[in-house]
Amino acid sequence: MAVTNKAMIIRRELFSRITKLLMEGRLVEQIDRMPIELRPKNGELSRCCVYKDRAMLKYKIMALLGFSTREDDEEITPLSTFAARALERDAISDIPLTVVDEACSACVRANYVVTNMCRGCVARPCIVNCPKHAIRFDNGKAEIDSKQCVNCGLCMKNCPFHAIVYTPVPCEESCPVGAISKDDEGIEHIDDTKCIYCGRCIMACPFGAVMEKSHLVEVVKAIKDENRKVVAMVAPAIAGQFKAPLGSIITAIRQLGFDDVIEVAAGADVTTANEAAEFVEKMAEGQAFMTTSCCPSYTEAARKHIPEVMPYVSHTRTPLYYTAQIARERYPDAALVFIGPCLAKRYEVYKDPNADYMVSFEELGAMFVAMNINVTESEQEQLDASIDGSSRGYAVAGGVLAAVRKKLGDKVDIKPHYISCLDKASIKELRAFALKPTANMVEVMACESGCVNGCNVVANNKVAARQVRELAEK
Amino acid sequence: MENNKLVVKICTGTLCYVMGGAELQVIDEYLPEDILDKLDIKGAPCLDHCNNCDGPKAPFVEVGDKVISEATVTKVVQAIKEALK
Repeated sequence: MAVTNKAMIIRRELFSRITKLLMEGRLVEQIDRMPIELRPKNGELSRCCVYKDRAMLKYKIMALLGFSTREDDEEITPLSTFAARALERDAISDIPLTVVDEACSACVRANYVVTNMCRGCVARPCIVNCPKHAIRFDNGKAEIDSKQCVNCGLCMKNCPFHAIVYTPVPCEESCPVGAISKDDEGIEHIDDTKCIYCGRCIMACPFGAVMEKSHLVEVVKAIKDENRKVVAMVAPAIAGQFKAPLGSIITAIRQLGFDDVIEVAAGADVTTANEAAEFVEKMAEGQAFMTTSCCPSYTEAARKHIPEVMPYVSHTRTPLYYTAQIARERYPDAALVFIGPCLAKRYEVYKDPNADYMVSFEELGAMFVAMNINVTESEQEQLDASIDGSSRGYAVAGGVLAAVRKKLGDKVDIKPHYISCLDKASIKELRAFALKPTANMVEVMACESGCVNGCNVVANNKVAARQVRELAEK
Repeated sequence: MENNKLVVKICTGTLCYVMGGAELQVIDEYLPEDILDKLDIKGAPCLDHCNNCDGPKAPFVEVGDKVISEATVTKVVQAIKEALK
């Protein structure tokens, strides 16, 4: 979901500056200056002072260099040391997110806060109704002890002056599976056993504190290495990301230094065929329904949170899986870089036997900016004519089922059901559906409107969906 | 270009698009019918305002002869209403 805000712009600016330095081979030499250049004395501030702003930028840069912010234990290691380490390391971390924990202190510990509208009344229904004795009076005003508070909200309901407000913790509020929560120090932690990598917390945090550990260093290293080929595999959603046709986007990616660009829609062709065959087989066996499996956030959700639906998830692999297989056959020694819309796909890249790295659309856009590439001016490359149009439509909700339907034609009776937006309500819905199915084929996408609305996209999702559909229908 | 319509040029160059300009593509959704009738909204590949890196920042939009930098939906809507006064 690309909604413009300053946290997003800062991330993109950092990304594009780091790319430039990496390409020029000046990262280690220049990186310590970056927080100061971006937050000069007497300039615009985001926080209390220029020093905190710079410290936060340092942590964000660490994430963009692929580190966890918690690796800076002593706070004395300069960014240049991290940059040098990044350039030397040979493995990427398989935990995709890191939290800039210093930023968490801005969020409330307990969700209920007494405002200065408290009149210090005699009745004090807040104290009387609090089941945890978490409220006391100081200077004639109520105060909530966040350590005792259990967020029941009875104080707010009972205050006659409406003086108590509910203040959300945006990341926790956005998480559909309760995977992110504060520890005793008020720092957010992401529980990997629960996380489904939907990326909502990244978008929700107003401080931009939830960061993906980028593979930028590895990707630029691969691009600059003349002895190793580097191949981009572009997700179908890319067709909607810039105000230019897919052929121009592919040329622009080559201009960045990629040796070849393969459409993941090629792998989607295989997914469609296998999904269709599996559906026919499962129906013949008498299975009640089958769900798609190409959204890794959904399959993680099924595995970790919806055991009821797990037996019905198709075993067909994702378009990325098949594309990486094709790419590996063609380029046995190349670095294979998936270019895609979301965190869930970054997670999938870790697990994939062939794909090496991931670049998000946002990161790709910032790389274009860094290298002064204007996609709208790039020449149009001829697209792979062997790919079925419907495979290019996977990126928009309904696209996967449309492709399977096209493959099977009228001979098979498909009763479709669509879920595009995995949240608390739709997870419940899926659980109920598994027990009492009302359709025989379910397409599930974690993001509303599909991959064009992933957490790492550049374009407005309506504009992107239109562009993707136009191409798919060609 | 149609006569006496206010021309709004939204830069769709990659720099502007990535730095927040993508959201301006749906500016028409924020404007009422009677104002839209008086506008000629178009995308422009690159308006060439971004070459000075110490100067004003992307994204750029031109409303008539006025250049808006760090354009947001709110800023552009305001400039349009201002220009139509």
